[in-house]
Amino acid sequence: MDVLLAQTLDEALEMKAANPEALPIAGGTDVMVELNFDLRRPEVMIDICRLPELRAWGREDGAFFLGAGMTYARIMRELADLTPLAQASRTVGSPQIRNRGTVGGNLGTGSPAGDALPVLAAYDAEIVLASASRTRTLRWDEFHVGPKKTALEPEELILGARWRSVRGPGSFSKIGTRNAMVISVVGLCLVMDEDARAVRVALGSVGPTVLRASDAEAFVAEALERSGTWDEPAADLAADAMEGFAERVAAAARPIDDVRGSAAYRRHGCSVLARRALGWALASRREGIRT
Amino acid sequence: MLIRAKVNGEWREADVWPGSNLLYVLREEMELPGSKNACEQGECGSCSVWLDGELVCSCLVLAAQAQGREVRTVEGLAGTDQLHPVQRAFVEAGAVQCGFCTPGLIVAVTDLLERDPAPSEPVVREALSGNLCRCTGYVKILDAVWLAAERMREGAS
Repeated sequence: MDVLLAQTLDEALEMKAANPEALPIAGGTDVMVELNFDLRRPEVMIDICRLPELRAWGREDGAFFLGAGMTYARIMRELADLTPLAQASRTVGSPQIRNRGTVGGNLGTGSPAGDALPVLAAYDAEIVLASASRTRTLRWDEFHVGPKKTALEPEELILGARWRSVRGPGSFSKIGTRNAMVISVVGLCLVMDEDARAVRVALGSVGPTVLRASDAEAFVAEALERSGTWDEPAADLAADAMEGFAERVAAAARPIDDVRGSAAYRRHGCSVLARRALGWALASRREGIRT
Repeated sequence: MLIRAKVNGEWREADVWPGSNLLYVLREEMELPGSKNACEQGECGSCSVWLDGELVCSCLVLAAQAQGREVRTVEGLAGTDQLHPVQRAFVEAGAVQCGFCTPGLIVAVTDLLERDPAPSEPVVREALSGNLCRCTGYVKILDAVWLAAERMREGAS
């Protein structure tokens, strides 16, 4: 095995072009488990954890760019105003894991349980990919094509994710067996888009990839229109609208039974988190908090 | 692959298989067996060390990634004839039973108290959520944290 230590993005992309089968490693919180347990023996690895281009974030022209090398600890410290993303980061592993683990790792591993992924889906993020010859972007749902399957080409590296900034409250919530070191049984991100008068809901751990609950989104946006809540945050949503929303979110899930939970429990969990997340969002609008 | 890193203040070298993790290099090549090997998947925290000042699981760091960096291990805490206040507090509070989780917990507690000298209980529990102990039930570990925090505050004033 060879380990190549890249110092800049250009250098890393050249290494990847010369060794398309090389496995990139950043925080190592997924990759090293596979190495330690002899599940994977790549011939070449490229260390990308020092690339400044990947460790960056920034805003430009109404868009936000999150570098693939941003650790969950840094997101919590530096990007606390991106509430759903900071909340999701806070639920990842333990302090030790959050100091190393990166959003790029969630993207590259492609587990539907990756905690950052429902947030990127609710933000309608595009994933930025680069090779030595070109840079391209894919929508989040074009990038993840199945459980642990991505559309990444062999010579490419993940640069990060980019999305149009959204004005409105939002949250990430997760069901697991304890408050730390837990792989989610259900994860849900809800984002309200005040300008488009839309609600976006993404689900993790309840399907082969992260899923959006499109029917539920359309249903609740219309219900909020009917009750006048978009214009007047104090106007109550119709009594049955919350229930209708929760049912439709649960219906969007495509869960399976596995060691962490049954499909039925996961579906139920979706409806519980949906009610809570919508309740929190409406409450913060009533209180005038526009995160 | 030749790995060169500053370990507990001293530049050290080891020639290892490039797929080795940092924990292996510390324990087997650098005669620093304080960090323990238990789960090898980042679940238990018994291999906790500092990498460039950040608390990490050394089993999840590819040794090559430590190239040119600073590593601080549990062995770097005590003085020549005196335990670190956190180590002393663990002994006095009875926070050590089988002792296997102890080095990782000592490192995690020290990391916390160096950043936050007077943490609340939820903050302590969160800071130690990546360190598993199968013996104590954590009550005496929390006692040790309060004792160490008090002594470190007194020592600093």
